[in-house]
Amino acid sequence: MSEFLKSLQDGFRNPKTIEAISNEIKTLSRNLNQTLRIMEVCGGHTHTIMKYGLTQLLPEQIEFVHGPGCPVCVIPKERIDQAIALAKMENSILVTLGDMIRVPGSNGSLAEARSSGYDVKAIYSPLDLLNIARENPDKKVIFFAVGFETTTPMSASIVLQAQKENLNNFYIHVNHVMVPPPMEMIMEGEQTDIHAFIAPSHVSVITGTQIYEPIAERYQVPIVISGFEPVDILEGIRMILNQHLKSQYKVEIQYSRVVKEAGNIRAKDMIERVFEKRESFRWRGLGNIERSGLTLRDEYASMDAEKVFAPYLVQNELYDHPSCICGSILKGAAKPFECAVFAKECTPASPMGSCMVSSEGSCNAYYRYGEWK
Amino acid sequence: MKRISLSAGGGGEESAQLIDKLFLKYFFNQILDSKEDAAVLSLEGKSAFTTDGYTVSPLEFSGGNIGKLSIAGTINDLAMMGAKAEYLSCAFMIEEGLEWEVLERIVASMANELSICGAKIVCGDTKVVPRRSVDRLFITTSGIGKIYLPNLSSKALEAGDAVLVSGDIGRHGCVIFAEREGLNMGTQFKSDCASLWPVVERLIDASIPIKAMRDATRGGLSAVLNEWAEASDVGIEIEETAIPVSAEVIGMCEMMGFDPYDLANEGTFVLAVPAQAQESALALLKAFSPHAACIGSVTDGKKGRVVLKTPWGSRRYLELPKGELLPRIC
Repeated sequence: MSEFLKSLQDGFRNPKTIEAISNEIKTLSRNLNQTLRIMEVCGGHTHTIMKYGLTQLLPEQIEFVHGPGCPVCVIPKERIDQAIALAKMENSILVTLGDMIRVPGSNGSLAEARSSGYDVKAIYSPLDLLNIARENPDKKVIFFAVGFETTTPMSASIVLQAQKENLNNFYIHVNHVMVPPPMEMIMEGEQTDIHAFIAPSHVSVITGTQIYEPIAERYQVPIVISGFEPVDILEGIRMILNQHLKSQYKVEIQYSRVVKEAGNIRAKDMIERVFEKRESFRWRGLGNIERSGLTLRDEYASMDAEKVFAPYLVQNELYDHPSCICGSILKGAAKPFECAVFAKECTPASPMGSCMVSSEGSCNAYYRYGEWK
Repeated sequence: MKRISLSAGGGGEESAQLIDKLFLKYFFNQILDSKEDAAVLSLEGKSAFTTDGYTVSPLEFSGGNIGKLSIAGTINDLAMMGAKAEYLSCAFMIEEGLEWEVLERIVASMANELSICGAKIVCGDTKVVPRRSVDRLFITTSGIGKIYLPNLSSKALEAGDAVLVSGDIGRHGCVIFAEREGLNMGTQFKSDCASLWPVVERLIDASIPIKAMRDATRGGLSAVLNEWAEASDVGIEIEETAIPVSAEVIGMCEMMGFDPYDLANEGTFVLAVPAQAQESALALLKAFSPHAACIGSVTDGKKGRVVLKTPWGSRRYLELPKGELLPRIC
């Protein structure tokens, strides 16, 4: 399988192809009469851009603005505190994905709770969750679910399976959010100066292209769904440039090897069956955004950790340290190195703000790969 | 005795059984057999001395186990200082209930690894602790040995030196992650866990003027290169395409969002030699691993930084890995 994975990437990192597209972009950019500011919504793209040094291959007229698409970065502190409170309840196992365990709440992170002896597990596949619940019938197994549309179907399938198996000890704390609402919020901002979007890859595998169409139309911005490899991103930029120079504003798919216009219909049905939109969800750094998050439908209320364990969960809104500018960074209004605490008080080992925590956060990518000068 | 019980650490009959039937059986030598309070050694010349604690889950993994690791690791720490391990001490912290069979396999592979460079375990200790006090088995080894190539130092790098790796990187870290998470990487895929003295001895015998050597254990290649750049106050430039990485490691890193440069190795080392010695060093390394490669050079620009050059002409810094390795979310 690994050999196969490697063969998939090789063509997309071919130096000759990269050089050819980069030259084409340089030629096209001569026709630009102002800097073209492109927001890559997804943290995975930010990571690719920094890791492969792509800005060095592009003309000055192309500027990347890093967007809010890091699922770990956008979870506000009070919800992390809630996860920790759930982990500290008697007889409970708190399960979450990947680097969520490293994000500090108001008083430590889940990783710190784990080292103080509470049962916190980071898993790589949500399907492991059901095994944990089956193997620990006397414990409350609580899933702290995070992620955009990419991971939501997995949570939905787990809820459906838990219901089917009648797993009475399984609960879920839902923090699933959606990509279009923050994109709209950013475009509505008074000082917003974004001319195009590279839309998320894996989110779009699930959702398809339709969710972006109102944004392309209303704000007159080209939107290209691009893959994660260097060739993918450069091709995405070329497609954006072509649209921009012809004054076109449509949604295009560069990542056609996995993204289809209609998306994954079964996955979307499953999300629809299990979840409904919250009236409002508070995003770390961005604040409340209407109808931007999901919650369990009433018929699954007995699994909803926010309802079942409500007395344990503090609801106060908690804000980041005033020196932290993650909010502006997530909106694309500032770059990590403009922050006074970046790489000083705030580092991946002791992050002050959310963008430094996750490997998909833009501060983390800047710290890790540096701004090449 | 099918499982190790608390009484095996009590100093009585069961302790004696554990020592005679297991440790003395596999580690036998005159010094250990003297059963005095301390080993009596004769050392000559400058010696290197090191210690390391080993804990790994799972205890046994593809390509090795905690025992092989605990011997190879200490032999390697000495080898990186140009020293040949002669005498080792060894302390076992055993969780009660550990299967005798498992412990025997581990001890047997320790004996096997010792024989590779003719080192001896000359003193040791065993503790058996109640359940949950340790995770099955912890081993601490210390080692001492004569230095055959003096003055190796991470501070010795100078502009113009060549930087080489002795084999493909990231396999140990990848194997351990895969086994913990139950990912099937195929039976051919093994940790690089191995003693490095045989290859180091060849380099020394061939009078390669090595400046520094370091095994790329925790923190991987990134950690070694960054520590060197800082200690020697030089820049290091690495060609990304020259770094040997197996398809399995690349595949796993792509899937999980890891960087192969951050993953641990347990039998792969980095060395710096003057440019004119690069070819002869590489030829010797290749006799041990076909994947050995020259990956870059020491420069006088960007002091204290490691720069990675991509095949398409862009550059970035290779930073020290930070925090726990955790898979990305999507």
